[in-house]
Amino acid sequence: MNGEQARASGFNGFLEAIGRKSLELFEEVGRFFYILHATIYWTFRRPFDAREWLRQMVRVGVDSLPVVGLTSMFTGMVMALQTYRGFERFHAEGFVASVVSLSLTRELAPVLASLMIAGRVGSSLAAELGTMRVTEQIDALYAMATEPIQYLVVPRVGATTVMLPPLVAIANGLGIFGGYAISVALMGANPVTYWEKTFQFLDMNDVSSGLIKAAVFGLILSVTGCSKGFFTTGGAEGVGRATTSAVVMGSVVILVSDFFLTKILF
Amino acid sequence: MAAGEPGDRMVATAAQARPKIAVIDLWKSFAGHEVLRGINLEVPAGESLVIVGGSGAGKSVLLKHLIGLIPPERGHVIIDGDDLTNCEPAHCLEIRRKFGMSFQEGALFDSMTVFENIAFPLRRHTRSSEGEIAARVRECLALVHLDKIENKATSELSGGMRRRVGFARAIALQPEILLFDEPDTGLDPITSAVIDAVIVEMREQLDVTMVTITHNMQSAFRIADRIAMLRNGQITAVAQPDVFRSLADPYIQKFLAGEPLEEEVA
Repeated sequence: MNGEQARASGFNGFLEAIGRKSLELFEEVGRFFYILHATIYWTFRRPFDAREWLRQMVRVGVDSLPVVGLTSMFTGMVMALQTYRGFERFHAEGFVASVVSLSLTRELAPVLASLMIAGRVGSSLAAELGTMRVTEQIDALYAMATEPIQYLVVPRVGATTVMLPPLVAIANGLGIFGGYAISVALMGANPVTYWEKTFQFLDMNDVSSGLIKAAVFGLILSVTGCSKGFFTTGGAEGVGRATTSAVVMGSVVILVSDFFLTKILF
Repeated sequence: MAAGEPGDRMVATAAQARPKIAVIDLWKSFAGHEVLRGINLEVPAGESLVIVGGSGAGKSVLLKHLIGLIPPERGHVIIDGDDLTNCEPAHCLEIRRKFGMSFQEGALFDSMTVFENIAFPLRRHTRSSEGEIAARVRECLALVHLDKIENKATSELSGGMRRRVGFARAIALQPEILLFDEPDTGLDPITSAVIDAVIVEMREQLDVTMVTITHNMQSAFRIADRIAMLRNGQITAVAQPDVFRSLADPYIQKFLAGEPLEEEVA
């Protein structure tokens, strides 16, 4: 009897846990789309805060340039190194340039740059908005007849979405340069042939698809960071939780949506 | 002029008949716990109402409903005949412009200086020149007896100063209604008396309706025209200070004397 009860309550507990987790997930998704919807709603309403947009664009774009550039350049370098070692085995070293440029522009530069930005910007958005939430600064904005979504979230999401494509474009260039430098300097590739091969199979669609992805990732990671921060509860600990999960969720959603974007759109 | 007078008088009587703030059957619960259970309250224009009640009685929640920071489950908050609980987002902001609110810890924007904090609502909602804004900021600071602190960071201020800068920011746009969320929590008795004096003075100099929540009875008697007792999510008594003092309700008598309730001791 007792064992049966225990088993039943264990089973119930299991179901409860599943239920609770599913509810949390729905809540999370709901918050994401709430922030997304409100952001779009308030983007096209007065007043337009050009100064704040610029400030955020500098913070997201210009300040992220070193880390994104470095990541991408080393990725290009290691790509060249690895593909050279592989392609050497069937005497296809000539195609290293094409592989490096294609994989960088289509996939690696947008995804790696976005992951770096999710860590650098997504976390700081969540921490900043979370702190403002727990110290009632967001309530104070409401109280001063200022919509916090419009004042805080719109410029942050907008700046991240707008700045990611140019960041990725620069990352493309630096990554390709990294591959070129390694191939020419270390592997003894012919500079002229390498340069030709880089662009031989690369068309506009490869580059633009990468840039579109970058914009979508920028939107996703900034909305995730802002929604985590905006709905923070529970003081300093809550801000810490929001920051961590902004990075984790942001990165996971970027990787998942990367697959679907690649599969469906390009 | 003479022709306008009867009309003006009619408007005046209509305004008197209509309370500045009307709360009608307001209900709110958090995670199954009922915090507000059918609040009914009217605040005529120009009155200073103080809502007192124990910790966790729902005072802050009620105050945040008045300005629309929290949506109720049921019931209405009517400001000058406009329903704040049922309005378009843009119209809600319009109604909120009538308010100035002072938050518990000040809720000053920590990314800005004192000057920028007080100038924020002015820059947001008026087309004043920088000179006019600077003049208004100084005027507001003078009203709360502060000067020469415009360029300080908010983190350099003491608790009492933060509160007063919060007041200055709340009155910057010449609101019709001022809300104070526990203006003297965490302050020593002398500072808290100073804060009360500032509130009384603001009341005399500005033409405003005030709602203050506090658990400090001394301060309630200093600033109130009427005192309301909030207990178990309901308004159990509203009376002028003299009458309030002599109410027979045993809870109120314990509250005034600062004695524990038998049920809570046992």
